[in-house]
Amino acid sequence: MSVLAVLGLPWPFDRQYMQLALLAGLVVGTCAPLMGTFLVHKRLSLMGDGVGHVAFAGVAAGLLLDVWPVWTALVAAVVGAVAVEWLRSRGRASGDLALALLFYSGIAAGVVLTGLAGSLDAGTLTYLFGSILTVEAADAWTVALLGAVLLATVALAWRPLLAVVLDEEAARVAGLPVDRLNLLLAALTAVTVVVGMRVVGVLLVAALMVLPVGTAQRVARSFRATLLLAAAAGAASAVVGLAVARQWSLAPGGTIVLVAAALFLATALGSGRVRRPVLAGGARLP
Amino acid sequence: MLVTAPVSVLAADGVRFAYRGEPVLDGVTFAVPPGQFAALAGPNGSGKSTLLRLLLGLLRPQAGAVRLLDTAPESLTSRWRVGFVPQRSTVSPDLPATAREVVATGRLARRGWWRRLGPDDRRAVDHALESVDLAALGDRRVAELSGGQQQRVLIAKALASEPELLVLDEPVAGVDAASQARFRDALVHLVREHGAAVFLVSHELGAVADDLDRVLVLRSGRLAFDGPPADLAATGVSLGVHQSDLPLWLEGL
Repeated sequence: MSVLAVLGLPWPFDRQYMQLALLAGLVVGTCAPLMGTFLVHKRLSLMGDGVGHVAFAGVAAGLLLDVWPVWTALVAAVVGAVAVEWLRSRGRASGDLALALLFYSGIAAGVVLTGLAGSLDAGTLTYLFGSILTVEAADAWTVALLGAVLLATVALAWRPLLAVVLDEEAARVAGLPVDRLNLLLAALTAVTVVVGMRVVGVLLVAALMVLPVGTAQRVARSFRATLLLAAAAGAASAVVGLAVARQWSLAPGGTIVLVAAALFLATALGSGRVRRPVLAGGARLP
Repeated sequence: MLVTAPVSVLAADGVRFAYRGEPVLDGVTFAVPPGQFAALAGPNGSGKSTLLRLLLGLLRPQAGAVRLLDTAPESLTSRWRVGFVPQRSTVSPDLPATAREVVATGRLARRGWWRRLGPDDRRAVDHALESVDLAALGDRRVAELSGGQQQRVLIAKALASEPELLVLDEPVAGVDAASQARFRDALVHLVREHGAAVFLVSHELGAVADDLDRVLVLRSGRLAFDGPPADLAATGVSLGVHQSDLPLWLEGL
């Protein structure tokens, strides 16, 4: 990763491991809120959490099968996210019941599989809570590649996704491929969770999908501005969180999320609009 | 895109539908020609919403057939030719989208959802906002607008694709009188100036009673009346009647 090292970035990003962490943090900090903006307004704020639990089962399967856990987590997360969307859209289960199924099955499968693999140790915890300071060059470029795919997809499809968020039935009558767009959103959410796994961990990545969105929509005057501001707030949380974590030797994943939460609270208090916290509405599922 | 004028924009032929064995629609037959301003009325539970969902292809009839722009709804590829305003869609108070962004989503069907909107699309969006008298509020968040203004935004969204047929489901329920008047003006403009057909499903037709070409009244899953509003008035039924009284008025049909 000498390419980054020669950039000569100032403290706290003067070391190679911090530059790799910065790259991964910026990608996740930017992409997670982009997905979150759609999920929050579809009343699926907890989707990221549910998918994260299934991704943990995927990690455990990777450890058991001796395959790179990122790939097995990606497969498990995509399958889980698509399954929830299938259950929700066909009315087989309400949104919250479908997510509960995902949550508990995922974490239970993860525990059983890590037990079978004999690897329920500190290494496993890095997937649960992130280990951004141990990101290696291959991880960083994988994260960057997946991030580029996410950004390109949102740039291309944000308007049709907004149409689906507004009213699925009207979008269907207008001939938009609603089912495919919903599946696309579910799959991208899964990719985001897996990308965020190394940065803040599967248990905290959902926070980066929701908190910057809450921050952005208190100040943005349009949906497009909300997307951009949410991405900026997420990226800023990653940068500040990494700096704070290095200064005081804190856990970087948790620090990034705490910075995102502080930004949300500061914006809410500053705009005097704390009365409608986004999580309250977002936690309800159709 | 060259599109041949349809014989009818909406048609039902002997349509039957039942939910879990309970009949909802029983042999409904009618056709709405291009450019007609028609309304479907009827009390709660008369089958209006089911009929509308069948006509739009969201449900399939169990017997009979429906046609949308002379085509089976599921086979209609040029969906932009149909504008749809669903029943009282409330916009989430947290949704940060502007009126212009919401209306612009109405262009996707015509433009192709994967394509960027161009100057023609922006002009169509501006025109749609003007036609519902909301040009000045285009950059306001939809959630900050009144209920009546939000409803007009959704009508503008349906108009943005420049449809041949506009279908509205209970568009004025709970809307103030001033917004109802603007709503009426927008529909009349669409029919008179653009030659589009309008199919309005509502309990309350008072706002447009003088402008309708035709009224269909559905009662217990059957068409109880199909004709000009004046003929309906002659039976003693007032189109301005409040929804809670409508079943009583319809007893005379």
